[in-house]
Amino acid sequence: MRLTVPLTAGVAVILVAYACGGGPPPPPPGPDLDSLNEAQRVRDSIEAARRAREDSLERVRRDRERLESTRSDSLDTMRRASERVRQQLEVMVHYEYNVARVRAEDARILDAKLAILQVNPGLRIQVSGHCDDRGSDEYNLALGNRRALAAKQYLVDRGIDESRISTESFGEERPLDTGMNESAWALNRRSEFSITAGGAQLREPGDR
Amino acid sequence: MFKTLFLFAIAASVSPLYAQDSIPPIDRGVRIGITYRPGVRPGLLVLGGNRSTVLDSARAILTRDLDYSDEFEMITLPMGDSLSLGIGRGSDETASSASQEQFINYALFAVLGAEFAVNVHAEDDSSVVMTLLDVQGRRFQRQVRMRSVDPSDHDFRLEIHSAADEFVRATTGVPGVASTRILFINRGRIYRTDSDGADTRSISPPEVEAMSPAWAPDGREAAYMEFPGTLYRHDIRSGSRLTVSPTVEYQNFTPEYSPDGRILAFSRATSDGTHVYTYNLAADCCLQRLTVGRLYDNLSPTFSPDGRRIAFVSTRSGIAQIYVMDSDGTGQELFAPFDYGVTGASHAPQWSSDGLYVAFHRAIDRVPQIFVMEVATQTVRQLTSLSRNSDASWAPDSRHLSFVSNRTGSRQVWIIDIRTGRTRQLTRLGEARLPAWSPRIIEQVPNN
Repeated sequence: MRLTVPLTAGVAVILVAYACGGGPPPPPPGPDLDSLNEAQRVRDSIEAARRAREDSLERVRRDRERLESTRSDSLDTMRRASERVRQQLEVMVHYEYNVARVRAEDARILDAKLAILQVNPGLRIQVSGHCDDRGSDEYNLALGNRRALAAKQYLVDRGIDESRISTESFGEERPLDTGMNESAWALNRRSEFSITAGGAQLREPGDR
Repeated sequence: MFKTLFLFAIAASVSPLYAQDSIPPIDRGVRIGITYRPGVRPGLLVLGGNRSTVLDSARAILTRDLDYSDEFEMITLPMGDSLSLGIGRGSDETASSASQEQFINYALFAVLGAEFAVNVHAEDDSSVVMTLLDVQGRRFQRQVRMRSVDPSDHDFRLEIHSAADEFVRATTGVPGVASTRILFINRGRIYRTDSDGADTRSISPPEVEAMSPAWAPDGREAAYMEFPGTLYRHDIRSGSRLTVSPTVEYQNFTPEYSPDGRILAFSRATSDGTHVYTYNLAADCCLQRLTVGRLYDNLSPTFSPDGRRIAFVSTRSGIAQIYVMDSDGTGQELFAPFDYGVTGASHAPQWSSDGLYVAFHRAIDRVPQIFVMEVATQTVRQLTSLSRNSDASWAPDSRHLSFVSNRTGSRQVWIIDIRTGRTRQLTRLGEARLPAWSPRIIEQVPNN
């Protein structure tokens, strides 16, 4: 009994010193089985607590990574979807020579834009009309305007507010192909579509 | 006698070589061709004389101007001026040295076929004098003393051009058009060049993409459209420019000044299509729309010289054709006749300054060609047939037209004399189009 008190006090000193991370512990007292076992238990419990804490931190890190991965996948998916929508919007329509009427085969291209405008109410676009270089330079500005207006009217007639679509004409001033042949001219007779507002995050038609 | 015969043979062998478009028959009801009566123009001889950089430059520019006036049969000798035909250097070998100073061999000039002769000589080492001689009347017709004798001076060329115009006035009663400039578009920039194709320079900033330049009647200002569609008034002298205030909205193009310079007519592309508008520049107010209708376009206005009528393009018949209206928009009617379903689209009308003609281009098998309509009779004749030819602009003499042609492979500005059909290439840049011919430039314009 007289021995127990100093031993307990010694362990306490060791623990305090250990916990405080102070200098090297004083040399252990002479070998005593009980005190050694007690010290081991204390060390084990400390180690267990440390491992538990690390395990917990690891779980939190893994959960966070999983969440971030999920969120990243989701953002990437949305970005890809938005890019698909943008590409769909930028598909051009083409025209016959000296004609501003939308061709029947190009109606589906405008239908795709119609659906996009419907599911993205904040989206605003600009339609620019272009011509081949065979007509009068100045008349082609008027013809390009007619072509842009025809594409816009197609969408307005199907319910899109006209304030969401602006138009401009470049006449023959922005050829895609400077060749002097029918394929070049056909390529240049076109309307182009660009986003003027609300294009940061675009939803695909059919998204809920 | 032998000398006379020899020179007469030389004179008879001299014949001008003119490039002319051949005119094939097209379009029913349209008179085809040009009126050309060879041999009726007076012969003109530019004399040689003392040589120097200044005198050689002056002679070359003056000769070219008089040739380009298309008013003379230019008499050229096989050896150029090596025969030293000039004042004081005649064939009268018996004349004394003193009298040679005054001797003008009118007889020799007449034998060479000249009704007029032009002499360029220096006086006092600091002055150049250009003299027009009436060979038949054996007298001085006009004399112009140049203020500038430095060929690098920007006024040097203009002074010679003005002298050439004065000589044309003295011989025909109507001044020439050498002292004019032509604006055109080269890859989006506005350039100007003298009427002989020299002294070509850009007048618009490089960042500006412009179209449709048009001269103000005083020759000091030009209007043009800058993409996406604002009209500007550009001061040729200072290079400064002003926005035509109502044109900051919509796409506005094809500006055209009224003859008094107070009104600007132009085309505006709106949601109703393209229509002709006017704006009062003098009062900076009063935008007025002259044409209506959602189903067709109206554009490219051009004033009659009295300012009371405006010719323009309209698609109201289903295809672009030339119409006319009063300057307030009333009385709209077809101007240049066409056969529905047969005649091609017609564009870019330009009313001549004498009011007698309207030039435009019309598609023949989808290829544009230059046409001229006589206003009084509304008869139309075709001027060009080689390659694509479009966008004609009248010289102030109502005789010459600048136009765009791709006959050399690229679009360049050419000039045609509507009386003879003689054509010449004006520009040789990568591309040149939409020419606008200035009024006569009276005031000397500083370098810009």
